[in-house]
Amino acid sequence: MPTSFDEHQVIHELKHFLPAQAPLMDFVHHNTLHAFQNLAFHEALATAHVKLGYQVYFPLENFRSMYQEGRISDDVLERVLVQKKGNAEAWKGKLLFGEYPTVEPGRVGALRGIWKSTYGIDLDSLVHPTLFRIIGSFLDQGISIWNFPLNGKSFLEAIRTLESTSFASMFYRKETKKLLLDPELSITDLLKKVVGDKEELYEQYLYDQQFSHQGWSGMVSTVEDLPQTLLDTRLIKLEDLILFELLLEFDALNYKLDQSWSPIGHFATEKIIPLHDPIAYSEKLDVVSLWQEAFEWTYYDQVLKGLQMEKVDSIQPHAKSFQAMFCIDDRECSFRRHLEALDPACDTYGTPGFFSVEFFYQPVGGKFYTKLCPAPVTPNFLIKEEGSEKKSGTDLHFSKHSHNFYTGWLFSQTLGFWSAAKLFVNLFKPSMSPATASSLKHVDKFSTIRVDYQAIENGLQVGFHIEEMAVRVESLLKSIGLVDNFAPIVYVIGHGASSVNNPHYAAYDCGACSGRAGSVNARVISQMANKPEVRAILREKGIHIPETTVFVGGLRDTTRDDVVFYDEQITYADYKIKHAEHVKLFEKALNNNAKERSRRFESINTSARASDIHEKIRTRSVSIFEPRPELNHATNALCIVGRRELSKGVFLDRRSFLNSFDYRVDLDGTYLFNILKAAAPVCGGINLEYYFSRVDGEKLGAGTKLPHNVMGLFGVANGIDGDLRPGLPAQMTEVHDPVRLLLIVEHFPEIVLKTIQKAEETYEWFINDWVKLVSINPETKELFVFEKGEFKPYEPLTKDIQEIDNLDELLASSQENFPVYLLNQN
Amino acid sequence: MNLTLHLFIWVPIFGFLVSLILPKKNETLISVTAFSTLAIQLSLATGFIAYWLFRGAKTIQINDLILFKNEEYVFQIDFLFDKITAVYLLVGAILTFMVTLYSRYYLHREAGYKRFFNTTLFFYVGYCVTTLSGNLETLFIGWEILGISSFLLISFYRERYLPVKNAVKVFSIYRIGDVGIILAMWASHHLWGQNITFFQLNNAELVHEHLQTHSIIGVFISLMFLLSATAKSAQLPFSSWLPRAMEGPTPSSAIFYGSLSVHIGVFLMLRTFPFWENQTSVRILIAALGLLTALVATGIARVQSSVKSQIAYASIAQIGLIFIEVSLGFEKLALFHFAGNAFLRTYQLLVSPSVVSYLIREQFYHFEPRSSSIERLLPIKLRNTLYVLCLKEWNLDSMLYQYLWNPMKWAGNKLNFLNGKRLMAYFVPAFGISYYLINENQMNVTALHWLPVFFAGIGLVLVFKSFTQRRSIRLSWILVIMNHFWIALAISLNEKFDSFESVLYLSGIMVAGLIGYLCLQRLFQQEGKMTLNRFQGLSENHPKIALIFLLACLGLTGFPITPTFIGEDLIFSHIHEDQFLLAGIVSLSFILDGLAVIRIYARIFMGPNYRTHATFSNRYF
Repeated sequence: MPTSFDEHQVIHELKHFLPAQAPLMDFVHHNTLHAFQNLAFHEALATAHVKLGYQVYFPLENFRSMYQEGRISDDVLERVLVQKKGNAEAWKGKLLFGEYPTVEPGRVGALRGIWKSTYGIDLDSLVHPTLFRIIGSFLDQGISIWNFPLNGKSFLEAIRTLESTSFASMFYRKETKKLLLDPELSITDLLKKVVGDKEELYEQYLYDQQFSHQGWSGMVSTVEDLPQTLLDTRLIKLEDLILFELLLEFDALNYKLDQSWSPIGHFATEKIIPLHDPIAYSEKLDVVSLWQEAFEWTYYDQVLKGLQMEKVDSIQPHAKSFQAMFCIDDRECSFRRHLEALDPACDTYGTPGFFSVEFFYQPVGGKFYTKLCPAPVTPNFLIKEEGSEKKSGTDLHFSKHSHNFYTGWLFSQTLGFWSAAKLFVNLFKPSMSPATASSLKHVDKFSTIRVDYQAIENGLQVGFHIEEMAVRVESLLKSIGLVDNFAPIVYVIGHGASSVNNPHYAAYDCGACSGRAGSVNARVISQMANKPEVRAILREKGIHIPETTVFVGGLRDTTRDDVVFYDEQITYADYKIKHAEHVKLFEKALNNNAKERSRRFESINTSARASDIHEKIRTRSVSIFEPRPELNHATNALCIVGRRELSKGVFLDRRSFLNSFDYRVDLDGTYLFNILKAAAPVCGGINLEYYFSRVDGEKLGAGTKLPHNVMGLFGVANGIDGDLRPGLPAQMTEVHDPVRLLLIVEHFPEIVLKTIQKAEETYEWFINDWVKLVSINPETKELFVFEKGEFKPYEPLTKDIQEIDNLDELLASSQENFPVYLLNQN
Repeated sequence: MNLTLHLFIWVPIFGFLVSLILPKKNETLISVTAFSTLAIQLSLATGFIAYWLFRGAKTIQINDLILFKNEEYVFQIDFLFDKITAVYLLVGAILTFMVTLYSRYYLHREAGYKRFFNTTLFFYVGYCVTTLSGNLETLFIGWEILGISSFLLISFYRERYLPVKNAVKVFSIYRIGDVGIILAMWASHHLWGQNITFFQLNNAELVHEHLQTHSIIGVFISLMFLLSATAKSAQLPFSSWLPRAMEGPTPSSAIFYGSLSVHIGVFLMLRTFPFWENQTSVRILIAALGLLTALVATGIARVQSSVKSQIAYASIAQIGLIFIEVSLGFEKLALFHFAGNAFLRTYQLLVSPSVVSYLIREQFYHFEPRSSSIERLLPIKLRNTLYVLCLKEWNLDSMLYQYLWNPMKWAGNKLNFLNGKRLMAYFVPAFGISYYLINENQMNVTALHWLPVFFAGIGLVLVFKSFTQRRSIRLSWILVIMNHFWIALAISLNEKFDSFESVLYLSGIMVAGLIGYLCLQRLFQQEGKMTLNRFQGLSENHPKIALIFLLACLGLTGFPITPTFIGEDLIFSHIHEDQFLLAGIVSLSFILDGLAVIRIYARIFMGPNYRTHATFSNRYF
């Protein structure tokens, strides 16, 4: 008995499956397959593969050749097979030699494919270009000069007005125009015309239709849910898009087939499997999922062994030179190691890069507020930059006047020749220009940031009250375990990136600051922590910050390996001297970090002098011809939540997020909960976005960025008639090994278990295996793996981890991922 | 001096050939070869032009190789160097040099690294041959190279659907341009009674004298030049191909479709200016076309919401203005404008990804709700009508389908009763009988008058069928070959029969046809039977067959690698100046030949690979 079709319900569900990526400016990493997160990882992947036709693992041949190369360990494979299947031998045969079909069409698309098989027409090529052009023009944020006639109307209203006040039409036929102007017209009416009377096919038809351009549909759906994600807001609903698209289809069918066609339902046969039917068992998917496990555990196993073997003592309190906080970002992993190697007396910490202060930010002259905290949070506070308005240079090449024939005539005969010179300079001596997206432009070094409460503006509180500040500083310090033994200077260093010719620039910045640089947050929290009133409250909570200790905000540019300190207002003489020493240290560490990063770059010789390499790295960030200014989060695989001593002596090759946490400060797991609540979706989201963009660069990733064309400033597409390409471009993911995140928590397993069960949405990440979780006993270093709801003891198969003395030599030796090493501390 | 002029051709050819044999993996070697070639060319060009200017900038004309000759027809390679060539050569060398340097890093790790530089150098060879050419025949060689290399550059991401589709689309419009040149050559051969060089066109008296007696044919020639230039420079009504050519990596779009390729039409108009200088009506037409294009393209550019299509239409508008300048005789201004526009659009396209961060920052600091545009002044109904038309690109893209391809497909579909067996059963014997009858002189005079048209018509029907049928690949291939035979038969009947000329024409066809057929046989053995119904994307699995088949396709379409190229030109020399119908049929055949063959190549070797892509997932990427 077919259930009656409820269009709102169906579209509501459909929205859930569409890509949820916001416009480029607000690029925030998330689990690409979020719609399947209620299922266990492998089951979810199989479902997505069968229903939507996504590639969800590496191809079988990749795994087999990695096994031949020794990148998947035989021991680990055996163990995985024994654990999962019991009969290791039989399954090993299948894994190594089994033959399976290469193409398996997904279910989506099959129903709508009937148009082509029955009438030989390509409906997509008749409808898509018009549809994309109109949606794109409607949403456009500033490329077009002559804008879509909006007048504050919603998409459908605007289209109706446009059609009724124009002699030309977007449709081929007059009757379609009439249909559009009928205010009673519903999606169901149109489906009846296009699909026919079989209501049970309507839902599937809509999925087929929307997944034939999931990029555009996803963008519309996101703008519908978060209108503020476009600075120049638009009223559009996915329902509008669907209605309009059905009209275009109806129109095109009438035009092409001259009204002698039957609705598609007439031709639907049983071969078309209903989209939401349960999926059948597939041995091929089982086989690749086992390979995936073996691939992941080959790496995890060495990491866990390394952590067990590592022995580093904490620094004596009196000897501390300075303390520095960084973002948990995996790009800080190596920089912290270099700092510590140069100055063994310093302490480094990692915490999400918004440093526990959430607010909107308005720079001098800015007409909008920018959110500076993790994407799901909506702050009540506003922080304003004060000072003189800075001039951001202009580049006439982006001027719209060059596009009109009259002004263009002047432009091409004058500016044209200047362009040739400019291109020449850009090729031979690249430098910072107005076109560069630089983290340093986020806030002016010499401007003032006032954190004190000032007023209420547009429903937001400008500045913080003292108590509000104290709560945030306390929460930050306790969560990372920095509650005593303060050094004279505590640096709080946010991060950002610089790049040019890069529409994905927001994906380079700090995810915890909604794709912006973390400099303002670093300044705000430092100013709060420096307030005597705040410190007084903290003393009552048991945190004694000595008067001689000063917090200093800063920003590290991860592309250029540069650091800025926002210390203009700090005047202690003592500070200046000590800080000057540290600046030299930072510079050296930055050089070394640049050198370490350079091993992945073909164009730089890693054995050269560190400072020379650093210069080249800087040039790289401003070169318009460089599609890989940095490699972002590529190769990320781990997240370690624990004291620095746990992992300080292990070489993790920039593959780990590091969140500082001291179980002694948090015996019952209160702060741990806050950490995991953020780390699972943030680090897990980054990790899974890289995973899926890597394994399916066509449908889940953005493909190579070289042919990308910017659409309306909110997305990129290939060419001018293509679908929007959400996900990450291949240049960001090509060196990434698609493994799930291994989250290692230094706390007792029973506490960790209790902690993750506190919130349903956090627990889902672990119980469904989207992030692998290991607890390491802080006293005994015993390991426990979280599986099927409980922690089970784990014994690494790796026997020994090699110790290395000379990191430089190692780094210059290969471009590929390194295994885990122990660092010789002497 | 002459030697240096030759170097401008040989340096790029040498660089291109070297780049072909380099190992695929060695990016450094490939890119160094490419930009050294361009560096050498650039310094040679700079030095030469400086010296040439110093010596008084006299036009240099070289009569080079004679490739074919009979009593009334000569196919000769000629070169010419004057200030037009100087500007085009210099701008081309500067831009290509900078863009190869740019691409060296930009394309790092891209799967088609070598292919990109091969194709770019090949394109550059075509550019140099065209701009240095001294007569139409030589120009046509370069012109053809530009066409095929454009096809390869647009379809650089050959495993995707849209680039391949658009590459075929652009190729088909280029093909129209090609036929414009062929017909111009045909008519001018009859006008002058010999093959004329561009240098001779500068002789005003000579031109004037010939045109006075043949004013209609003079106008016809001018219109054919205009047709070719319009197609190649994306003027109305062909404009919509240019934004759709932006499918390759950004630097290739920047240099070719932003600048060099699209200004070649302007070059043709500049080159032939002395010919139509005194045809006022033609000059008015050119100016009007340019003006109309400038207006329409500006409107379209103003509503674009994607950055590359906006730049493309802005560039088209400027080229429209350059057409006006050329028609007014402002040669120097046009050259200056060309250089400026080429540099500007190349740079704008290269930095187009930066537009996001730049304009969003501008919006963040300087946002004004709905900044008003000049169109506000229009009455609402007119304003919205224009807006919709601009958004739909004035239906330019669908019009090409509606008025060009759809009628052809319609005609082809009417021929559905002709299946492979019937074709063989009717047309092969028919050919044999006709051939026999002609040889034995069994025809009466009236029949002789109409038979060429009839035979050429049969050839045209065959190629229609080849272009439109969706099933058998081999049938399509054979039909194209048969088309050439019928044309040869028709022409040999038209004038004094010379078997050597026929052999010259058909030799390339035979060899290329056979090689292509063998490629298909081999492919079918390995892959099973295929149809033209969908893209197969097999170049990845069979790169060698793909290459050989591509060469066979080029041979079959009369590309300058076989004697057929000269043969095609020769064929036209045997069509009388009053036989417009025959000329029309034969040239239409040539357009369709090219399209049919390229379609076969694209369907088999390009598009999403059928092994890794299910039928319905084609469009995602």
